[in-house]
Amino acid sequence: MKGVSSEVLIALAGNPNCGKTTLFNAITGARQHVGNYPGITVEKKEGFYSLNGCQIRLVDLPGTYSLTAYSLEELVARDFLVQDRPRAVINIVDASNLERNLYLTVQLLELGLPVTLALNMIDAAMNRGIEIDAAELSRRLRVPVVPTVARVGKGKEELLETVLSVAEEDRPWEPLHISYGPDIDPVLDQMEALIRKAQFLTEAFPARWTALKYLEGDEQVLTKGREADWAISSRLERLSDQVTVHLRKTLDTYPEAIIADHRYGFIAALLKGGVLKQNKKADRLYLSDQLDRVLTNRFFGPVLMFIILYAVYQFTFNYSRLPIEWIEKGFASLSGFAETVLPRGPLKSLVISGIIDGVGSVVGFVPLIMFMFLAIAFLEDTGYLARVAYMLDRVFRTFGLHGNSVMAYIVSGGIAGGCAVPGVMATRTLRSSRERLATLLTAPFMNCGAKFPVFAMLIAAFFPANHALMMFCVTLLSWASALVVAKFIRSTLLRGPSTPFLLELPPYRLPTFKGLLIHTWERTWQYIQKAGTIILAFSMLFWALMAFPGLDERERGRFEEERAAVLSQVEPGDRELLRTIGEGETEIPAEFSEAVEELKEVDRREAQAALKRSYAGRLGTTLEAVTHWVGFDWRTNVALLSGFAAKEIIISTLGTAYSMGETGDEESVSLSRRLSGDSGWNPLKAFTLIVFIMLYAPCFATVTCIIKESGAWKWGLFSVVFNTLVALLASLLIYQGGLRLRLGV
Amino acid sequence: MDMATILLRRMAAGQGGVIAKVKAEGELGRRIRDMGLVPGTPIQVQGRAPLKDPVAIRVRNFTLTLRNNEADYIHVDVEGEA
Repeated sequence: MKGVSSEVLIALAGNPNCGKTTLFNAITGARQHVGNYPGITVEKKEGFYSLNGCQIRLVDLPGTYSLTAYSLEELVARDFLVQDRPRAVINIVDASNLERNLYLTVQLLELGLPVTLALNMIDAAMNRGIEIDAAELSRRLRVPVVPTVARVGKGKEELLETVLSVAEEDRPWEPLHISYGPDIDPVLDQMEALIRKAQFLTEAFPARWTALKYLEGDEQVLTKGREADWAISSRLERLSDQVTVHLRKTLDTYPEAIIADHRYGFIAALLKGGVLKQNKKADRLYLSDQLDRVLTNRFFGPVLMFIILYAVYQFTFNYSRLPIEWIEKGFASLSGFAETVLPRGPLKSLVISGIIDGVGSVVGFVPLIMFMFLAIAFLEDTGYLARVAYMLDRVFRTFGLHGNSVMAYIVSGGIAGGCAVPGVMATRTLRSSRERLATLLTAPFMNCGAKFPVFAMLIAAFFPANHALMMFCVTLLSWASALVVAKFIRSTLLRGPSTPFLLELPPYRLPTFKGLLIHTWERTWQYIQKAGTIILAFSMLFWALMAFPGLDERERGRFEEERAAVLSQVEPGDRELLRTIGEGETEIPAEFSEAVEELKEVDRREAQAALKRSYAGRLGTTLEAVTHWVGFDWRTNVALLSGFAAKEIIISTLGTAYSMGETGDEESVSLSRRLSGDSGWNPLKAFTLIVFIMLYAPCFATVTCIIKESGAWKWGLFSVVFNTLVALLASLLIYQGGLRLRLGV
Repeated sequence: MDMATILLRRMAAGQGGVIAKVKAEGELGRRIRDMGLVPGTPIQVQGRAPLKDPVAIRVRNFTLTLRNNEADYIHVDVEGEA
């Protein structure tokens, strides 16, 4: 009898790069990012699948090589398996790389988990001349083994049926017993007996497993043990110490190493006698290795890396230009429509200046971001990003970071676009808290997809001739800043030695077109959602901050008087005509053009005065005391303040600020054209602003993430204060230096 | 046939051998073992990064890269070296 609509919890475990996320997507249809970089799956992912009236809840565990509590991922995976006790575990292994993949399997079995082995990429293994006797492997391991090809969904149904039948058996956990040799086995038995008798941690772990972890010196288990029963824990530790001393004396080794050796010995024995056959003839230099000969070559490697990264820029800029123009035109006509339909007043101002301009300036950059993400997903899925980490590690180590820091930087926007939120999360692949903190504190310096449109706008306005080149320089500058600041942090606040590198270079794989599109769409959609929710809300909030409290009666009266003075110059009969000119498409008679211009000038000054008197304007004006040293006036300050909510808001705030300051301008001029035509702006000021935006306080989403990932409020606060100080300092050097060199004129 | 034990760092690109001993302890030792580098494992040096560090090796059908100062803990039996 099968349970009626019961929910079955099943975990998916496996090494990085064995197709785990691909299988997860194939089963649940959930759309996540599949990367070729070790450890890309760091958060807990869940998906659902219905089979034979059973609802399967599938949890995608982080990709790990082991369960030794070496990294955060391993701890997360182990804690989930022990605490949530899934009814069955799918252990996906790369068939071409069975020996190493089985190391995790053995540890899952030592824990006693009901494992089903998915022998993935069996097609690629066969192409490499690797033959696996799945039936015999299953018999020897005493777990079901199902060959799969996750990329095309082959073997998926059979795997799920098998797993479900394992889950429905619901047998108690049966830990696998392996011999760890004459030095370990006797003491292991002794410890196991002791643990069993005292019921020590047995509600959580199998007795033998706890004993093994004591011998391995597993810190997490030791801590738990000491809390549970100090006396028993001490006795176990003493036993473990005795073996350690003995092994040091006799074999110059220690229990943990012996245990690992025997696990590999067990695996080797498991695969002997025809279970794994490697056809020698096929053991040639594979295409992947041939590619590496060129792509990681001493000379061609770095050159090609530079060319590839630069090509990403050309690709994103050239292909996104046309759709961006369409979107801009669309919003301009929407604005024009609102202009004619809505009555004059605060509502019209809110709709045009707050909503349409705010959202339009953000949505306009969607094509750019889409092409950028497409390029990044391609590099990631092909496996090239791991090569970038390999080639750049030497450089990163110089700055107290790790080759894996590359990933966090690139996700944060190191290539083009990206977001510091997942970037900060990507630092989980780093084990050492020092390197990790240094990376996550500097990753927000990268040019994320939100800063990108701001830079693009400023560059379009002031450096139109060298668009792509300028953007490339800005990116190089953000890398340089991040690295230098990382070095500074690592040699002051976070001093200490570096952690192991050991990075797998996965074989190059051609990403599927569908996969790329899914990843690109996922990331782009996140951006659009952000634009539609947070940004719209803040766009309206800042519109309110800029619209209120408005001018008082006396000031408004003064502007009315000025208007009356202008009107008094024309015939009384024509005054009504002049008043309506600002609203419709009335043809302006030539003799009135001077008066009309004067009226517009009055309107502009009134709007500007109102803005300056607004809450946001007052704060921005107060800050001018500091920011005048770097050339920012109150309008820029207001925009920068709003950028704390999300960097792309900088554009909409500037846009709102400028469109409010220039009411009566019929044409929908893009912000970049407005700025380039403004006498208060010049290339030096624009460049200083780019650098300031690059470096100053991360947006509040990122700050929240920094707090979560570092586990401390102080680092979130630190990033806000410290980064803003760094930005001020850098801007000061650039602006004042530029003025001295007379670059601003 | 002559056999010699040398450090992984000293191995030339393309040279093969069998791991004799892994001297690393703690976190590094654990990580090295997790990746399948235990005594008795055949390895082959595939090449080095453009800045001569890290080193890429072929082990158990996959490519692993490690820094030179990590490779210094790994002793390898190689053929025909004095």
